[in-house]
Amino acid sequence: MSLFFNALFNGISVGSVLLIVALGLAIVFGLMGAINLAHGELMMLGAYTTFVVQNVMKPLGEPLFDLYIFVALPLAFVVAAIAGLILEKSVIRHLYGRPLETLLATWGVSLILIQTVRSVNWTLTLAVGILCLLYFGGKWILQKQTDWPRIAGWANSTLLALSIAISIVTGIILSKVDSDTLNREWFSARNVDVTAPAWLRGGLPVGGVQLPYARLFIIALTIVCTIGVYWFLNKSLWGLRIRAVTQNREMSACLGIPTERVDALTFALGSGLAGIAGCAVTLLGSVGPNLGSSYIVDAFMVVVVGGVGKLVGSIVAALVIGSFSYLIGSGTLLLVFGDIPPLASFFEFFATTSMAKVMVFATIVAFLQVRPAGIFPQKGRTIDA
Amino acid sequence: MTATSRPARNIWKNRRTIEAIAIVAIALFVAFAMPLLLSEFRLKLLGRFLSFAIVALGIDLIWGYTGMLSLGHGIFFALGGYALAMHANLQLPEGQMPEFFTLYGVDALPAFWKPFVSFPFTAIAIFTIPAIVAGFLGYLIFRNRIRGVYFSILTQAALIVFFNFFNGQQELINGTNGLKTDTEMMFGVLMSSPEAQMVFFRVSVLLLVVGYVLCRWLTSGRFGRLLVAIRDDESRVRFSGYDPTGFKVLVFAISGALAGIGGALYTAQSGIITPSAMEVATSIEMVIWVAVGGRATLVGAIVGTLIVSYARTFLSEEFPAVWLFFQGALFLLVVTSLPDGLVGLWRDTVWPWVQARLGLTPQVAFPGMTDPGVELEKQEIESNK
Repeated sequence: MSLFFNALFNGISVGSVLLIVALGLAIVFGLMGAINLAHGELMMLGAYTTFVVQNVMKPLGEPLFDLYIFVALPLAFVVAAIAGLILEKSVIRHLYGRPLETLLATWGVSLILIQTVRSVNWTLTLAVGILCLLYFGGKWILQKQTDWPRIAGWANSTLLALSIAISIVTGIILSKVDSDTLNREWFSARNVDVTAPAWLRGGLPVGGVQLPYARLFIIALTIVCTIGVYWFLNKSLWGLRIRAVTQNREMSACLGIPTERVDALTFALGSGLAGIAGCAVTLLGSVGPNLGSSYIVDAFMVVVVGGVGKLVGSIVAALVIGSFSYLIGSGTLLLVFGDIPPLASFFEFFATTSMAKVMVFATIVAFLQVRPAGIFPQKGRTIDA
Repeated sequence: MTATSRPARNIWKNRRTIEAIAIVAIALFVAFAMPLLLSEFRLKLLGRFLSFAIVALGIDLIWGYTGMLSLGHGIFFALGGYALAMHANLQLPEGQMPEFFTLYGVDALPAFWKPFVSFPFTAIAIFTIPAIVAGFLGYLIFRNRIRGVYFSILTQAALIVFFNFFNGQQELINGTNGLKTDTEMMFGVLMSSPEAQMVFFRVSVLLLVVGYVLCRWLTSGRFGRLLVAIRDDESRVRFSGYDPTGFKVLVFAISGALAGIGGALYTAQSGIITPSAMEVATSIEMVIWVAVGGRATLVGAIVGTLIVSYARTFLSEEFPAVWLFFQGALFLLVVTSLPDGLVGLWRDTVWPWVQARLGLTPQVAFPGMTDPGVELEKQEIESNK
């Protein structure tokens, strides 16, 4: 039985990471009706931020280094939130009301983010810097001209094409330079390891079961995040606005709520939560550029099962999906039902991580036959909810 | 009445004839002239891309015309591929089993392998199994009026489930290693021999034409208009007395069948099918073929597939790291600034421009979208005024 509780505990900690990821996704989906396929990559950005913070703080020595996680958490939030904000301002805002197109565009963004992390080096950074400097600088100078509106059409595209061409040429020239500082990849495609601080190693012995501190920390972090999000949505002014826009965008706009700022803020918040989740994941194992893809589909399932009406839906769905996949996958249910032959052979068939996914998906599809809009559907009288 | 209807009808008939002649001419050219023009390697590549184009036709049918974005077409692609590969692997002397089974200590052929010994069964299974799977999955999803982003996410989750299943079941279908076909015999001929490959190439051309004609037929009549109506306003279709569920299930099944055929032809020409055909990225890439070419235009699906696939081969041969950046940028660009794809660009911008330069009268409407009967009625009403 102690084995079962141990597995249940691990399952809940997996579910908590899933919950932080899915919370951001669910809020954004409820508000804008758009699914962000780059959500997993924002999570990866959070994980790499943690890695960088850890490496920066290593020379500081033991007592300070052990607290790096408290520097990394807010930084991961901020980095992911800024990335999300840029994504919203530059892409998603223009695709409002076209959810399928948003899906594809964010997939494109996720590809770019993955490859950026793989091959980022000083050359790439410089080239992108030059591109931004030329394009935005040039635009800024040109906009001071009086006839900007007249030439905006072609000037904009010419400027963009010119800056892209110049930065690509610079990039190619720089990449030919035989310099290690310029062309060494910062992270490369390999996984990186983040060492947990000393006080998070080991575990808390509870009645013959060892509860790892790292997982306890993740669960605590999830509770804090969930309470924080709950408080923000229900008690703060901007939370009120977010809920209003989620219920009825047009009416909210009529009543003077700045819906575009609400969108941007919510997206940044959701992305920031993904960053925190990324930071938490580093405690569970090594992280790589493809980190996002392993969590993202489960997070989508949480959104589908939970529904977008209430936060509670996401919480229940994340914990249930997370812990059940772990319990089935690790073969723990096999131990529980081992005495009943038909059930035992049934659970034995699904007792691998990949087969657990098969079973969880089948269960989700069956569940959707009963409640197609999730546990807590959005209430309303529109035909197209 | 008859006198006025005749000229309109003639033009209609003419267009059809011209289209048919063009298709036959292009198909004959590709099937017989291309082998003389291209090297063996490049021809094989073209054959694979043509089988991709069959998949793209199916995706265009459900996404371009019916507005359902499936991110799980890799399932049907792989099912078709596996069906053919199983048949090829079973062409052994009586009583023998494919070699890989012995590696896992399996001594009896699994029951579901047995029917694949016969070629007629396999030939039918290649498109019926994907169609049945698609129809079943589609029925479970559509009957609850789950659609839009939810549908996309669920198909993606189903894809991962199938990927995990095929990856994990070593004893049944050789797991990660997949099934090889290039060392196997079919009708007593080695599948990788130039003669067999030439047959597969020509069959690809033939089936692409058949697929095109099928989709053209489906999308031109009442059925096609109903599909477009479901895309544009499903609730209204429902209120008009139609039940969209059946039509959606049917069109999803047809689309799955086309993907299965494409998968089988691809497997025959690439020599192997592995579960990696069911990776998330592969299926989304199939969508971008259609998006680049132009949604809701069948020619666009084929053209887009060829262009993107060639770009992929070229870029990943020359600069492997650039490909992901390029693909990401392609997603963003097509979705944000080229929503109708290359065919849309040609139809709406380039062709009118060329016509204006040549002094031709620009066409008012896109020929496929006008109904001769309605036009006639319009003329009558106007003449009665």
